[in-house]
Amino acid sequence: MSFYNPQTTPPPVIPNFGTGSKCEVENHTFCWGWVQHHWGDTLQPALLDHLELTAIAVSIGFAIAFAAALLAYRYRRLDQPIGLVSDFLYTIPSLALFQLLVPITGLTTTTVEVALVSYTLLILYRNILDGLRGVPAEVSEAARGMGLTPLQTLFRVDLPLAAPAIVAGLRIATVSTISIATVAAFVLPKGLGYPIFTGIKQDEFKTEIIAAGGLAILLALTADALLVVVQRALTPWRRA
Amino acid sequence: MQTGAAAEIVFDHVTKRYPGRDEPAVEDLSLTIPAGEICVLVGPSGAGKTTAMKMVNRLIEYDEGDIRIDGTSVRDQDVTELRRRIGYVIQYVGLFPHMSVADNVATVPRLLGWTRDRQRKRTAELLELVGLEPEYGKRYPAQLSGGQRQRVGLARALAADPPLMLMDEPFGALDPITRDRLQLEFLRLHAEVRKTVIFVTHDIDEAIKLGDRIAIMRQGGVLAQYDTPDHLLAHPADDFVARFVGADRGLKRLALRRLDEIELEPVTGAAPSDAPRAPGSTTLRDALSLMMSEGADPLVVVDTDDQPIGLLSVARVGRVLSEL
Repeated sequence: MSFYNPQTTPPPVIPNFGTGSKCEVENHTFCWGWVQHHWGDTLQPALLDHLELTAIAVSIGFAIAFAAALLAYRYRRLDQPIGLVSDFLYTIPSLALFQLLVPITGLTTTTVEVALVSYTLLILYRNILDGLRGVPAEVSEAARGMGLTPLQTLFRVDLPLAAPAIVAGLRIATVSTISIATVAAFVLPKGLGYPIFTGIKQDEFKTEIIAAGGLAILLALTADALLVVVQRALTPWRRA
Repeated sequence: MQTGAAAEIVFDHVTKRYPGRDEPAVEDLSLTIPAGEICVLVGPSGAGKTTAMKMVNRLIEYDEGDIRIDGTSVRDQDVTELRRRIGYVIQYVGLFPHMSVADNVATVPRLLGWTRDRQRKRTAELLELVGLEPEYGKRYPAQLSGGQRQRVGLARALAADPPLMLMDEPFGALDPITRDRLQLEFLRLHAEVRKTVIFVTHDIDEAIKLGDRIAIMRQGGVLAQYDTPDHLLAHPADDFVARFVGADRGLKRLALRRLDEIELEPVTGAAPSDAPRAPGSTTLRDALSLMMSEGADPLVVVDTDDQPIGLLSVARVGRVLSEL
């Protein structure tokens, strides 16, 4: 038997239809009050979802591109076929790719991630491979001549020297994925694209679009800045 | 082969053919390099000298014959272990740009699993040996001059005390003054460590200056002559060798002799006060040059205290050359 206890039982949910501030009623371009009011229920979850979509896409994309670039570095004739596939994926318009995938993977996160991953591949693959191939010939020869095994050469010489190019690729891939991920709202009510999408449907009221769009830009700038820090930490020798 | 000591290297009828080419890169090469000596492989481009050198640490595999280090074929050794026991220096040095000088030098000791303490001690020792201040250890290669980089390259090759060093035009990319200084320092260093060295160059003057023995190779990887510098200059085996060592080979021979190594004419009475003076460490070639430019004959040879120890006349120089 249970009693209604106001201390442990949440109060009954009363729908808040909202009256709207003066700003919202008069439909100004941007209402700071709306942002504060909807941070918790709309903007913050959208931002976190967006971050998650991006992080997963870039991680998986990096893993695939890294493996492909190592293969192409080791077996030169694989470069062209791998390059062609990633080129092709990159040229498909994002909106079309989302729609093409829906019949196969449905209105799911998988659909979104498959599309986002495929856009990171070209940039990451090219940058990793260029970085590896940019290792000076005399450095590789010295490594071999001194008795480093191929694996030691890869991890102690080639990859550290390719790090600047690899992180440069990660920066472009991350920033462009943050941007493309807004289009995912056509498939899934997730990410910063969703408030933008509903904002467009509402027609008149612009605050939601501006707030979500602004957050997407901020997220991209922050991620880029963090990767610059990573890049500098990985390559102290370049500043010497 | 043991580290620390020097090794004897034998090329035993070694032939290398690259697929798709009629002429072999190295043909039936046989020569023995005694332990602790500097053997210079010299010749025009395409003479197979670099190929011959790289077959020793198996960066290139030979087709026929054998190469032995202290009696053991290089083929009977694990290629990675073989390379770690051979110092390797190349023209553009190939320092690792992302590693400090100290880490570069300690590359092979690290691969061999030396303790950090031992690595550090060895690195400090080597930097001193090649004439670099200890604080250079913390720098990156990009912060060094060309000459300093090659010093680090040399230190890195010597790190694990290998009995054999392979050097592929190590001073070729340096300006003449730096090259000259490094050549002299390399000779000083070699006198100290006494490694067996195989040194590749296309510069006959460098070969004469550095080599205990010189192997002159010609197009098609054929050994034209293998001899000491002096003997090579005095008795070139054929026209090719004579042309390669140059028409001034007489003068080059004079550069191999110092005034204090030959018999001088005695000083009778007081030395002519207006005659030019030269210390005993001067080469015969430089002494002759001095006499020609000063229009003086004879020259007064002095010791370190500037006291005359003998006289050198032009006629004497000619006699010395014919006696050698």
